[in-house]
This record gives sequence, structure tokens and C-alpha cells, in this order.
Amino acid sequence: MYMFTTLKLKSGKMEIPKTFLGYKREDGRTGTRNHVIILPVDDISNACAEAVANNIKGTIALPHSYGRLQFGADLELHFRTMIGTGKNPNVAAVIVIGIEPKWTKRIVDAIATTGKPVEGFSIEGVGDIDTIAKVSKKAQEFSIWASEKQREERPISDLWISVKCGESDTTSGLASNPTVGNLMDKLEPLGVHLCFGETSELTGAETVCEKRGKTPEAQEKFRKTWSSYNDFILKEATDDLSESQPTAGNIAGGLTTIEEKAFGNFQKIGGCKFIDVLEPAEEPTKGPGLYFMDTSSAAAECVTLQAAGGFNLHLFPTGQGNIIGNPIEPVVKLTANPLTARTMSEHIDVDVSKILSREMNLDEAGDELIKATIRVANGRLTCAEALGHREFVMTKLYRSA
Amino acid sequence: MAGTDIIIHDEKDNVGVVVIEKITPKQDCDCWIMENDKSVKIQSMDEIPLGHKIAMTDLNEGDTILKYGHDIGKVVKSIKKGEHVHVHNVKTKKW
Repeated sequence: MYMFTTLKLKSGKMEIPKTFLGYKREDGRTGTRNHVIILPVDDISNACAEAVANNIKGTIALPHSYGRLQFGADLELHFRTMIGTGKNPNVAAVIVIGIEPKWTKRIVDAIATTGKPVEGFSIEGVGDIDTIAKVSKKAQEFSIWASEKQREERPISDLWISVKCGESDTTSGLASNPTVGNLMDKLEPLGVHLCFGETSELTGAETVCEKRGKTPEAQEKFRKTWSSYNDFILKEATDDLSESQPTAGNIAGGLTTIEEKAFGNFQKIGGCKFIDVLEPAEEPTKGPGLYFMDTSSAAAECVTLQAAGGFNLHLFPTGQGNIIGNPIEPVVKLTANPLTARTMSEHIDVDVSKILSREMNLDEAGDELIKATIRVANGRLTCAEALGHREFVMTKLYRSA
Repeated sequence: MAGTDIIIHDEKDNVGVVVIEKITPKQDCDCWIMENDKSVKIQSMDEIPLGHKIAMTDLNEGDTILKYGHDIGKVVKSIKKGEHVHVHNVKTKKW
């Protein structure tokens, strides 16, 4: 944990570093990590992917539960998530393994447009054991190749920061989310890409959020996106969602309604305006600035989608202590809840609980978070990385055919 | 600055958030309004834990709870100034 007692800065006086140390990729993007990933196209290729990652050090498998018989928008989202994960600049090289060659090739070809090493394998007609042997040879080659990549000085604008809060309580809305908002206010003018999501958790604050669209088009797109998600919830709901939104953890932490949670959530974007609304896992294309991505509010689903959108560092404020991580995008956790900071310290990268006792102000907290962000971008492991949290969760829109 | 027991986001708000481990009944609490940096006092009626809300005024059934200066739900059981405000007396207007 960072110690704030040593903080001697006057508010807003910190000079924000202009650069960080990252891995420059073939497509010009910059990674904060240097992963070689073994990506299964479908659930039944998990075993093979995990066997390879076990054989070859310096690689990680990203097992998940789907990828068979999906269709329509749900299948497109599956592909977008797979491809986006492979293209993410935190990934140096990719092995794709699927049961059959066609979908595998579609993913390989799309990842290859970045110029990074990528190779696909399919299991049908070969079997797991020979596939594992073949893939392991290629994975070893990639792992050794990636190990020689060096960090170099890159402009701060190469940071693509996503945000999402979890197990929120009232301390989130009071302090940890506004700390993230303060960071956004300071980094947005420097050309950083920023992304928030959690469509359903803006319910109650949706009209206020809509007005934060930079253009009438962005506002209209947000209105449609939120309404469609809300209609879906109303259609599927069998009760008042009081067991889900707010969650039991939220309620224990003092949050009473979804509206209260939403206004707390909304503090994460500070005074920024969003320039576009992204589909889940869609890569932003309108230049630097803040984007809204249509995501679920479940932590692992949301961060997986944002990572697939190309974001290379995540900020995660928590109240009651959500412990999530992600396999390719480092997740920096902050809390303003002094009990959580004390009882779950191994999960908390930045403690801003002194805001509540008014021993530190938001400006100072924002500066501390920027410092922690740069250190993690430079390679410092997050608590979640050190603990081995690699939650990779595909969003599924509906049942498979 | 030490000694703040309750933080209120916006001057319009009719609830505040307990920011110490808990407040006990009949405790005289110091409240800080973030929006305008003003201080007010309130005496609690209930024991209220960290992060939970206290009513800054008497509230009747059907009244709107304001926090962040915005509507966050409706009162479903009347609440006296100083009492604990939560799921037992407030509900969402959505869903």
C-alpha cells in the first residue's frame, strides 16, 4: 500500500510525468505488460490451452466457457472479444487454439493485422496430445522471443485507462470514485484514452450522464444504449432486483437504491465528457478522450470487454472489497473504506480513506492515484497480479443455437 | 479537520453519510457539507454504522431522498431527523 503520511505535496502542484516505460508494439500502440497468451476459441479447447501454458513458462492460458453454436450479435461479440484480447498491446504474441480451423483462422487473421506474432491451431483430426506438442513448440518460440522485448520511454498519451468500480458502498461515491474522476480530469488534457461502462449501474443517473455526451450524436447513442439495456432488465426481471442491484455487499455498505449507486458510480468520470459510445469490446477510433462502453456491471465481464477494446491499464475503486483482476490488463485497486483498507490490505493498491477523515483532499488523492498508475504502467505488479487474479469472463448475450 | 462524523455531498441533500466506524444514539455529530465547505451539527437517534445514512430532517412517506443533490429514491416509512435511512424505509423509484 502507498503511504500517504509521507505526502507533502500541496494540492494540484504535482507535475504529471510526461512519459512512462512501456513495450512499443508493431502497430504503434504501447503495452504496460508483455504477455504471451494461449487463447482458446471455445470451451472444449481450454484443456489444450492450459496444458500448453503449463508446459511453456512465460505464457498464460485464457480459459473461458463459450464459443460453440453462438450466432448473430452474440457470436460477433464473441469474436470481437477474442480478437480484441489478442490485439491488446499488453499482449506480445498470441497462440489461438480452436476445435476447428475456420473460426480459429478468423481470429488469427484479425489479430495478425497488428503485426504481432500470432499462430492458430485446431484440434479436430489431430487430438489433444499431438496438438499440445505442436503448440508447445510454437509457444516456446514466442515466449523466448517476447522475453527479449525491452521497456522504453513512451508518451503518457499511450496510456489507455479503463475504469469500473465494484462492491461499492457510500465511501465509493464520497471518495474513491471522485479520486478516479480527479485523475481523469488531470489526464484527459494530456491525450490519454479513457473508458467507463456499466450501463445498468447508471440507472437513476442516466439523464445526467446523457448530458455528458460531447455531441448530440454521442448523447443520442447513450440514450438508446441505456434504454435498450433497461428494457432488457425490465423484461427479464422477476422481482425488484433487490438481491442484485444494489448487491448484498452494496447494501451492507450503506447503499440503499440503484439511483444512489448510480450517482456514486458516475463520480468516476470527474468533469469529463464522453466523445462516443462503444459497443461491448469495441475499439475506440475517435482519438484521445473519454468513451462510454456498453457493458454489464459485473466486474469481470466489464473489465474483459474493456481490455478487448484495447485498454492497457484499469482503475478499480472498491468499497466493501471486490478482489478482481484480469489476465492481460493490470487492475489497480483503490478504496476509501478504512475497514476494507485494514482488513483486505493485500488487495488494495491505493488507500484513499484519509479523504473521509479529511486528512487528505481529492486533489492529493488524485495525484497519488496518478503516481500509482504510472508505477504500474512501468511494470510494478498490482495486488491482483501478485495474488494471481486472472478473471477472464466472456459476455454472452443469449442462449446458443 | 479531524472530528468529522458525517459527510453530506450537497447542500440540498436530506441525508448524510456516517464516515466514522459508527455513531451511537444521542451522539452529537459534526457534519461537513462538501459542496460549500459548511459545517452543521445533528444529534443521532439510532446506532448507524460506517457508510450508512442519517436523516438530516424529518421525512414523510412519499418524500424524495436527495443525495448528490439528486433524487435517489422514495421514503416508504416515515423517518425522523437523526434516524437511520436505509432499505427498511427507502425504496428505489426504478425497477
